[in-house]
Formats: sequence, structure tokens, C-alpha cells
Amino acid sequence: MTADANISTRVDNREGMQYLETIPHRLVTLWIPLLIFLFVLLFPFYWMALTTFKPNSELLNYSDFNPLWVVEPTLANIKKLLFDTQYPRWLLTTMVVAVAATFLSLFCSVLAAYAIARLRFKGSETVGLLIFLAYLVPPSILFIPLATMIFEMGLYDSMWALILTYPTFLIPFSTWLLIGYFKTLPFELEECALIDGASRFQILTKIILPLSLPGLISAGIFAFTLSWNEFIYALAFISSSENKTVPVGVLTELVEGDVYHWGSLMAGALFGSLPVAILYSFFVDYYVSSLTGAVKE
Amino acid sequence: MTSRVSTWDRLRNNTTLLSVLFMAPAGLLLLVFLTYPLGLGIWLGFTDTRIGRAGHFIGWENYISLLDDSIFLKSVFNTILYTAVATVIKFALGLWLALLLNRHLPMQAIIRAVILLPYIVPTVLSAIAFWWIYDSQFSIISWMLSKLGLIDVYIDFLGNENNARASVIAANIWRGIPFVAICLLAGLQTISPSLYEAASLDGANAWQRFYYVTVPNLMPVLSIVLTFSILFTFTDFQLIYAITRGGPNNATHLMATLAFQRGINGGMLGEGAAIAIAMVPFLILSTAVTYLGLQRQKWQ
Repeated sequence: MTADANISTRVDNREGMQYLETIPHRLVTLWIPLLIFLFVLLFPFYWMALTTFKPNSELLNYSDFNPLWVVEPTLANIKKLLFDTQYPRWLLTTMVVAVAATFLSLFCSVLAAYAIARLRFKGSETVGLLIFLAYLVPPSILFIPLATMIFEMGLYDSMWALILTYPTFLIPFSTWLLIGYFKTLPFELEECALIDGASRFQILTKIILPLSLPGLISAGIFAFTLSWNEFIYALAFISSSENKTVPVGVLTELVEGDVYHWGSLMAGALFGSLPVAILYSFFVDYYVSSLTGAVKE
Repeated sequence: MTSRVSTWDRLRNNTTLLSVLFMAPAGLLLLVFLTYPLGLGIWLGFTDTRIGRAGHFIGWENYISLLDDSIFLKSVFNTILYTAVATVIKFALGLWLALLLNRHLPMQAIIRAVILLPYIVPTVLSAIAFWWIYDSQFSIISWMLSKLGLIDVYIDFLGNENNARASVIAANIWRGIPFVAICLLAGLQTISPSLYEAASLDGANAWQRFYYVTVPNLMPVLSIVLTFSILFTFTDFQLIYAITRGGPNNATHLMATLAFQRGINGGMLGEGAAIAIAMVPFLILSTAVTYLGLQRQKWQ
């Protein structure tokens, strides 16, 4: 048995009811609240998926059909989404932008983190702090001046506007994460390689990077997710329908006037969420470590 | 020949030169697309720039007229209310969830993975799901409540000012709880069980163990998570833009959504930039208060 359970048994001992109380007590203090949390946190996804497969006759008729279930599931909403809208195009754009921004950010972050953590140049601590401060600058403050810059640079309404601006919130985060990883690697490895005549670049690519692969994966998938989910820049810098990303496209193109096609809207939301959800399911531990990594530093 | 090689060798292992080279890509990108726009935003806030027309320096005029602007003042009030209420509830529930997850559970890994889902999926897309959940005629919440006999009339979630505020705050809490819970769980797991054992031996009850062992040990993590959470809630944009677009009657306009409406949709870049920059003092103040305030009480 565990320390935690031991403690609660001891408390129950004082009450003198240990065996009678343990299971109901655990049910009330642990399982019921936990199940309520799970229900509330997951219900919107269930609702999203259910609406996706509902025919219109069931969708807007709560008196004849129980809304919590679907009697005759249909693929019509998905068909409409894939063939009558530019959704596949948005998915492709989002994918290209997210992958490109992630690789660009990782490239910059690896070099910067190595310089800060390992070369330890004069002022490296100040630079590290500045990069951390950059993480605290929210996109909501930057989008107006950035929009004017993007326009003057001739990048308005192109993927490059997003690929070049997303690193501003990806680099600070991934550099910070990688500094943490690089610091854990022993210096002796580098010293040996230096004595054997390796250059700094060789050390970075042949020794440091393979050893910090978990850190790279964490930073990479988290950066990909952040780019996939980004909204305000994509909304402000892209105007033509075919260049939109999924979050922007679903919100601005699938809503037509006052009639909401909830079925295809929910299908758009579901399929826009699936790629990150699938990626996440494969790399849960990396996500958690990148999420909590910066916090624990 | 030999001297050339050695010069090259010295150069390529010269750490100062290498540091500059290694810092260059990240540094350039951040300077061009982060530092420069930050400065440009401050400048734009002092001009009357519009889309398609270069502006003139007009001093504090944007800020002075904003102080008389009832919609702006309402958005400031909304932003503070939204941040304060959402943060308090997110942290209360997030801490509770973290404490539950820290107990010994079967399938702990799966439960933990599933709980993080609201944080992982694109906010706008889950916000659209909330929009549908809050529909005035077909809200599933209203349906469930009326089936349970708790309400007679369907709730008008987004049509009435206070309901709309409560609805967007609830959606923000829904999205924020997983982040808070998972970060605090990481903090809880670093607390040594022997501290709890020692406290129990000294006769501390469950509440005392929480207050004297858990809380002080969690402070360092809590202060950072709180700082980030306040920062991102205060500058929130997507949730509001997706669910209410600031309505009804500007009741849910946050400073960020108002800046977007005036600056991008309305074309008043100068005024929009001024609204966005007006968030900065609040951010600095709240970051300083939470971070320094909590760090000061740091245990050790």
C-alpha cells in the first residue's frame, strides 16, 4: 500500500471506523468529483462528435429524438465539409505552416540554446532572461503593428506571414526548454570530443542533439500544436479564403449569415482537432514534460 | 599553409564568434518580429494611422479620447472581471483536480492524458462547440436542466449581458483547468511523502497537512503558473471572438477584441494599437504582484 493510503487509514483509525468508511469515503472524496471533472472536461468533445454525425432532422428536433444520442448517423455533414468547402485546402495550409514554423523555430532554438547553455558567452545569462521575457509578450499586443509590417513587406495574405511570425512565440518557449535539457548533459562529453579534434558544430550535431532527442521531440510537438492552434495572426494576416488556416476558415467561412450549419461546423471543429489530438495521444509524456518543463525550471 | 589552417582552427573554435553566429537566427527573428513591432506598436499608439494612410504624431490624443470612450472603459472592466473570476475558479478547481490526480488511482496515466485534451485542441474549435452548447434554442445544457426539472424556460446564455459574461468565463475555465491541474500535479509530485508522514506523526489532520505542507511547497510552481495564467487570460482573444464577438451590447468585449475591432476591422490602426498598448501596464502590474508576492512567501 502507498503512503497516501496509509495516511488516510490512520486518520480513519482515529474515528474508529476504518473498514466501514474506507470505500464510501474514497468514493465521495475521490471518484465522484473525479468523474464529474472528467464528464465536464470531455462532454464538449462528445457533443462535437455527436453533432458531426447527426442528420438535420434529428439535430433540431429534441422532442422526438433524444439529443444525447444519434439514431441514424450520417456522413452528409462530413461530405459537405470535404467537397463543398475549401476545408481540405485549409488543412493542407495549416499543416504546411505548422511544420515549417516548427522546423524554423527548432533550428533557431537549438543554436541559441546551445550558445546560452554551453558556449556560455559573456552576457549569456542576460540573453537567456531576455528570451524568457519574450515569452511573456502576448500576440494580442503585437498583431496590429505586425499587420502593418507584414503589409509593407508584401507578405500579406501569404503563408510566409505566418511562418515568419509564429517563431516569435515558439522560439522563446523551445529555447528555454532546450537550455534545460542541454544543462543536464555532462560537460566531459564535450571536452573529450574537443580534445579529439571535433569542432563545436560537430559536437552539437553528433553528441548534443542525439542525446537531447527527448527534449527536441517535446519542443517540436509542442511547437507544432501551438502553431496549429494559433488564431489571431492567421485571422489578421490572411484574407483570401484559400489561404486560411483551419481555425480561421471554420469560424469565418463556415458561418453563413444567420443560419448555422451546426453539423458541418462541428465536423470542421472535430477534424481540425483530430490531428493534434492524435499527435498528442502518441506523445503524451513529451507534452506533459514540455508543459511542466518551463514551470519547474 | 600551416598558419592559415591554425587561423581557421582558431576561428572556428572561437567561442565569441561562434556565440554570435549561433545566436544570430533566433536573435534576428525575435528582433524583427517581436522587439521591433513592440516599439512600432507604442509609436502607432501615438499616431492617427489608418489602413492605407500614414499617420501623424498626435501625442496622447488616442489615450485621452479612450478615457472618455464608454465602450473602451467597459472593455477594461470586462477584462479585469474576466481575468479575476476565471483565474480564481481555474485555480481552485485546478488545484482540486491536481490533488485528486495525485492520489493513487488505477489508470492514472490514461486519466491524466484525457484531462489535458481541452488544452491541446485548438481553442477556437472548442469555442465553436461551446457556441453550439450555448445556443438559445437547442442548448444541450438547457435541455438537460429542464429534463431534471430545474428550469422551465431555456436559458438565454449569450443574449443577456451577465449570462454572456458568465458563459465565456465558464468556457475559459473549462479550457484552463487542465493546464493548471497538470502543472500543479507536477509540483505536487516533487513534494516528498516523508513530509506528510512527519506531519501526520505530529498529529496534523488532513486540512493542516494541506495548509502547512502542500501549500508552501507548491508556492514556487503556483506563482509561475499563476503569472502565466493571468497573462494569457488578460490578453485572451480567440474565445471571445469565436463565441460572442464582444456582444451583446459590448458586454463581453475584452481589450484585445476591441483592439482588433477598431484596429483591423475598423481600420483605425493608431487607436487599435493604443488599446493594445493600454494592456501593458496592467500586465506588468499583475505579473509583478503575483510573481513577487508569491515568491516572497516562498518556503525555505
